[in-house]
Amino acid sequence: MKPRVLVAIVVALVAAAPLVAPPFYVTLLNYIGLYSLVALGLVLLTGVAGQTSFGQAAFVGLGAYTTAVLTTQYGMSPWVTLVIALAITLVIGYILGIITLSMGGHYLPLATIAWGMSLYFLMGTIESFGGFTGITGVPPVSFFGMALTQESHFYYFIWLVTLLALWCVANLLDSRPGRAIRALKQGTTMVEAFGVHPGRMKTAVFILAALLACLSGWLYAHLQRFVNPTPFGINQGIEYLFMAVVGGAVSVWGAVLGATLVTLLKTWLQDLLPKLLGEAGQFEIIVFGVLLVILLQHAREGLMPFLQRFVPSPKRALPEAGDRLQHRSMPAAGEPVLEVNKARKTFGGLVAVNDVSFDVKAREVVGLIGPNGAGKSTCFNLISGALDATAGSIRFMGQELTKASASAISRMGLGRTFQHVKLVATMTVVENVALGAYLRGTKGIVASALKLNRADEAAALAEAMRQLQRVGLAEHAHDPAGSLPLGKQRVVEIARALAADPILLLLDEPAAGLRYAEKQQLAQLIKTLKGEGMTVLLVEHDMDFVMGLVDRLVVLNFGQKLAQGLPEAVQADPAVREAYLGV
Amino acid sequence: MDVSIAALLTQDGLTNGAIYCLIALALVLVFAVTRVIFVPQGEFVAFTVLTLAAFEQKQLPGTVWLSLALGVAAASADIVAHRREPGRMLRAIAGSAVPCLLSALLVWGVFATGAGWAFQVIATVVAVMAMGPAVYRVAFQPIATAPVLTLLIVSVAVHFVLTGLGLLFFGAEGARISPFTTVSFTFGSINVSGQSLLVYAFTAGLVIAMAVFFKVTLFGKALRATAANRTGARLVGVSPNFAGRLCFTLAAAIGAASGLLIGPITTVYYDSGFLVGLKGFVGAIVGGLASYPIAAAGAIFVGLVEAFSSFWASAYKEVIVFTLILPVLLWRSFNTTHHEEE
Repeated sequence: MKPRVLVAIVVALVAAAPLVAPPFYVTLLNYIGLYSLVALGLVLLTGVAGQTSFGQAAFVGLGAYTTAVLTTQYGMSPWVTLVIALAITLVIGYILGIITLSMGGHYLPLATIAWGMSLYFLMGTIESFGGFTGITGVPPVSFFGMALTQESHFYYFIWLVTLLALWCVANLLDSRPGRAIRALKQGTTMVEAFGVHPGRMKTAVFILAALLACLSGWLYAHLQRFVNPTPFGINQGIEYLFMAVVGGAVSVWGAVLGATLVTLLKTWLQDLLPKLLGEAGQFEIIVFGVLLVILLQHAREGLMPFLQRFVPSPKRALPEAGDRLQHRSMPAAGEPVLEVNKARKTFGGLVAVNDVSFDVKAREVVGLIGPNGAGKSTCFNLISGALDATAGSIRFMGQELTKASASAISRMGLGRTFQHVKLVATMTVVENVALGAYLRGTKGIVASALKLNRADEAAALAEAMRQLQRVGLAEHAHDPAGSLPLGKQRVVEIARALAADPILLLLDEPAAGLRYAEKQQLAQLIKTLKGEGMTVLLVEHDMDFVMGLVDRLVVLNFGQKLAQGLPEAVQADPAVREAYLGV
Repeated sequence: MDVSIAALLTQDGLTNGAIYCLIALALVLVFAVTRVIFVPQGEFVAFTVLTLAAFEQKQLPGTVWLSLALGVAAASADIVAHRREPGRMLRAIAGSAVPCLLSALLVWGVFATGAGWAFQVIATVVAVMAMGPAVYRVAFQPIATAPVLTLLIVSVAVHFVLTGLGLLFFGAEGARISPFTTVSFTFGSINVSGQSLLVYAFTAGLVIAMAVFFKVTLFGKALRATAANRTGARLVGVSPNFAGRLCFTLAAAIGAASGLLIGPITTVYYDSGFLVGLKGFVGAIVGGLASYPIAAAGAIFVGLVEAFSSFWASAYKEVIVFTLILPVLLWRSFNTTHHEEE
């Protein structure tokens, strides 16, 4: 069965449910829809972007309380309060995100626990919020004068919103910003090298998740027509997280699956456990906690992968290769591209790169070689912007880049690969390559979610396909990148760097770990690229690999330049022979 | 506010702060060695108070069942993990589950024989300490190499399980234990209770003891080695599982000590641990989960803020304390160089 057909069946079932199901199940389905919205945000935030929040329930509460207070006490229309609630959430999400996300690591979840606690206490304390008894008499939502007072009517409203949200998030994930979001788990170095600002991207995802939670809260308030602080406490926050972990991140439908299973399980446990234990109390939390630990220990991808085995992934048509994106003006042969002048990097007392100078001219292939510990990688990191030089200057196309950030350097036209391959294993090859063209696209999160990005998206994929053809991997376009052997993964990295339309290609130990035949193919590829006018600087310690390949060699040893010149001359240099062979 | 109220609030703040400080130290310890942000630390505090209170009220402490449950869970985990190597299985169980099972017996024994106060305290502390390695074995050991985020989610899940079990075995009633001393001293117009002095002395003593433990003893050095580099520590013969169990045992011991100190001051419920733990946590965050002295100072600061805000805006006490974490995080974000997890 095709996924499209499955989705159609799910939508049809959702549409038919209130006509056939008893009221109790309609209520349950209403809650599943509301929870799905929150879980969807967490799937995006935790599953895809690798961040998490324990405070989603607080955002739900924010949405519910904003509308409850403003509609009951100030007589505002629910539609106006929706906008206000979303705006407040946006601001709070932005502040929390800015404070915690630029640091990475575990600060966001911690801040969300604190935020969840303080908002919960605040809701229970402020007098006009009705304390722990809450606010009653929230008006219903009206469409053109028709008030949605009946649960079964509100049901359609909830599920319309939920399905739309699923559609938007699915669109988003399959787009330019979506690819960047999916790459965030790889760490910041890689995405920065393609011009993505990871802190901003994570903040955007966090805000998006918060907005979905707030929307769910707004719906909740107008469904229940009553709010009190209880459903917005930290316990509920962990239940939302549980839903997201149960569903997993492989598909947006995981959110619905998680919300459904957890809601049904909770209803069943609330019925069963008090009978079993002979006491009343929220004992289902014990079962949830145990299941969450077991899931994270044994099935970190959630339950969706088990279901997906029964649904063959759709065979997408390969995108047409094409050249529709803007190009940079390339320098003429012989023009200086990179000028390294007395670059110096010290780590404490250690001088890793000691006043090294060399240059790379347009359409040249230059090899930076040296034995282990010679300072090659440090030198590479100075050029790519991963490290800042202590002294000296590095100029690229006449611009100083010693203090520039990695993404600014990428913007100037410097494309790079990584010594330890950094591809997003779960994305297809063509998606990985399209990530390289990130800076050549313009469409952001909102446009992508609403699918207003078709031309932009098609151009990016066409460019990615063109680069894959260029490096000879077009037939692997739809394979998951993680399924390719190392040699091909390195070539995918080169295609990804090429998709950024670079002036200079920086290759970090491209032959490391490759077999002989793979090295031969790689050397051939670099020669072809040079033939097409590309300028390449490659860092290597494999002398044989670079010998027949480069125009010039720069040899480093103990952080200093030992020699430079034509390959044959360098190879004959006694100092180089001493450093490499000890003779 | 006059001087005597300020002095009273300061004393109150310092006493609570000292207890948060103990918790902050435990959190820093656990995080440094295992990368686990140990949210359930406060549960050890609550369980200690509730156990001792049950003894005082001549009831069988729910600890018996709790320890039994944790011990059985840890033993099952080891049985499944080492089902083909009986020798290894027994050794693993001896380290993870046996202490818990024996302490269940001990608590029951002390209750059944009606042994005196000192025995009750010892049984309580031993039982809570033994929960440490069992919790580590069941929840964290199988995913010791997982990202911090996964460990954190598990940690929060464990918190909820323990709170739920706490409700099940101890009930929803709050409890307070009788003070160790009722002496109080008067300095001019200021009254200082003996219990507060006990708290200060114990906290100071523990901080010094921990410093000595990490500087001088072999176990302390092994934990420091694991904190610095797990693989390296393993290569020189420090088992990461052992290090994990050891630091969870220490954390539980610190939790038990905090319970003994806080029990006479505050009424503790099955879920009080979370709030106490989180406040220690705010302190630990001040120290970036890395520095013991800064974490200690941060925790005492939290205690003072709490005391003074309960005077000025008592309804917003919790809100103020938890919102405090945001400027602290902001301040840290300007002072931290971020290292990428590889």
